[in-house]
Amino acid sequence: MAEATNQPAEASRVVADAPELSRSLTRMAHQILEANQGCEDLVLLGIPTRGVHLAKRLAKLIEAIEDRPVRLGVLDITMYRDDLRANPTRRVGRTSIPGRIDDTVVVLVDDVLYSGRTVSAAIDALRDLGRPRAVRLAVLVDRGHRELPIAADHVGRAMQTAADERVQVLLDELDGRDEVVISRPGGTR
Amino acid sequence: MRHLLSAADLTLAEATSILDVAAEMADVQRRPVKKLPTLRGRTIVNIFFEDSTRTRTSFEIAGKWLSADTINVSAKGSSVSKGESLRDTMLTLDAMGVDCFVIRHASSGAADQVASWVRAQVVNAGDGQHEHPTQALLDAYAMRAHFRKIGSTDTSGGFAGKKIAIVGDLLHSRVVRSNVLLQRTLGGEVTLVAPPTLLPTGVETWGCPVTSDFDEALADADIVMMLRVQRERMAGGFFPTEREYAEAYGLTEERLAALKPGAAICHPGPMNRGVEISSAAADAANSLVLEQVAAGVAVRMSVLYHLLGSNEGAMK
Repeated sequence: MAEATNQPAEASRVVADAPELSRSLTRMAHQILEANQGCEDLVLLGIPTRGVHLAKRLAKLIEAIEDRPVRLGVLDITMYRDDLRANPTRRVGRTSIPGRIDDTVVVLVDDVLYSGRTVSAAIDALRDLGRPRAVRLAVLVDRGHRELPIAADHVGRAMQTAADERVQVLLDELDGRDEVVISRPGGTR
Repeated sequence: MRHLLSAADLTLAEATSILDVAAEMADVQRRPVKKLPTLRGRTIVNIFFEDSTRTRTSFEIAGKWLSADTINVSAKGSSVSKGESLRDTMLTLDAMGVDCFVIRHASSGAADQVASWVRAQVVNAGDGQHEHPTQALLDAYAMRAHFRKIGSTDTSGGFAGKKIAIVGDLLHSRVVRSNVLLQRTLGGEVTLVAPPTLLPTGVETWGCPVTSDFDEALADADIVMMLRVQRERMAGGFFPTEREYAEAYGLTEERLAALKPGAAICHPGPMNRGVEISSAAADAANSLVLEQVAAGVAVRMSVLYHLLGSNEGAMK
């Protein structure tokens, strides 16, 4: 969703800082465990770029709570996008699935839920990899404006946004700080 | 990239991206479901005016695994055998709404010609003795995988400073020119080794050293790429006997033993065992021959993705 170079444009406001972001993730980790009653058959799959880092953090939190390892992987959805032809060639990322996903509960992790098209592509990609017992969706920010009938199961923060605003999740691993920023770039989206 | 006609068309960013995506496509080949929906609704015509099994099949599989509709047309049994010109044949197919032609032709420059006539995108799958860019890409893919296996951590591919000796029938080979052009971009140092009778005209303008002393080139090569002696084009008496050729330019068991540690062997196939390559070398642990074949589909999937998986293949 978010581009690899996440530098907020002018006229931006911080809507969540590092402690808030950390609290949201902790709550999501508990929610995921509660909904799944443990992490035995749980597989966390991060969607590049920022979903991968969020999935890593969630896995760490879950492991701290449960005191046992949780399966973690990466699901690149580039080849499943429905907008490839409208854009220049997209770089294809690495997909790595930890073992078989048949009969597991897969939790897809992404930073921002917007149109729902990324998640739709991710569900298509999963279908080619196996047959999970259930697929859930965890997002740090749900900003509305869905174009497909898709809803998240675990949401860090839901926020009202205008369609021409840009929601960026900045993460320490990539951007040097943890923040959620809403900006209105001049004329472009 | 609108077309892939020559290995020289590729920038370093494009070539590296093709090799990177090919590695992902190789992962897809290990899945139970090998198909990706990426090129759904696109039509690719493989039109081969020359016989080919591995190139045509790997392009066909590559297109199918990306969900494109792939159609094979061979010159035998087509209207070409009724005397239709290349131009008319291509324009006819183009008018049917084809998105991409993968073309092999016995005449050098055929793919460029076709690209200037048709609306569709064109991939050169071998034109006469001129070029075969996807073969050079899959050679590079196999070499890069080898460099990484023996410990290279260079993310741009690790070709810088690597010495690649290309040995044998340079005159009739389209693979050699594409490899020289691609390595010019990737940074490998190519040395050409051949008897004077098998050197193409103008080889001195290619910008790489040419020698007829295989043993000297062998001594510091990281990759030794053996080219097939093209018996079907050998009516002209380019060398006295196959035995003498093997003696001077074959990768014999003795030469296999003389390779420096970590060096690997390539051959684009099909091999003439006992002529340009001994069985011991072909089956050696450091032979990349099967890796090259395995890379064929993944690299061609990547090429088709770069050409067709975006608006006119523009690089981001």
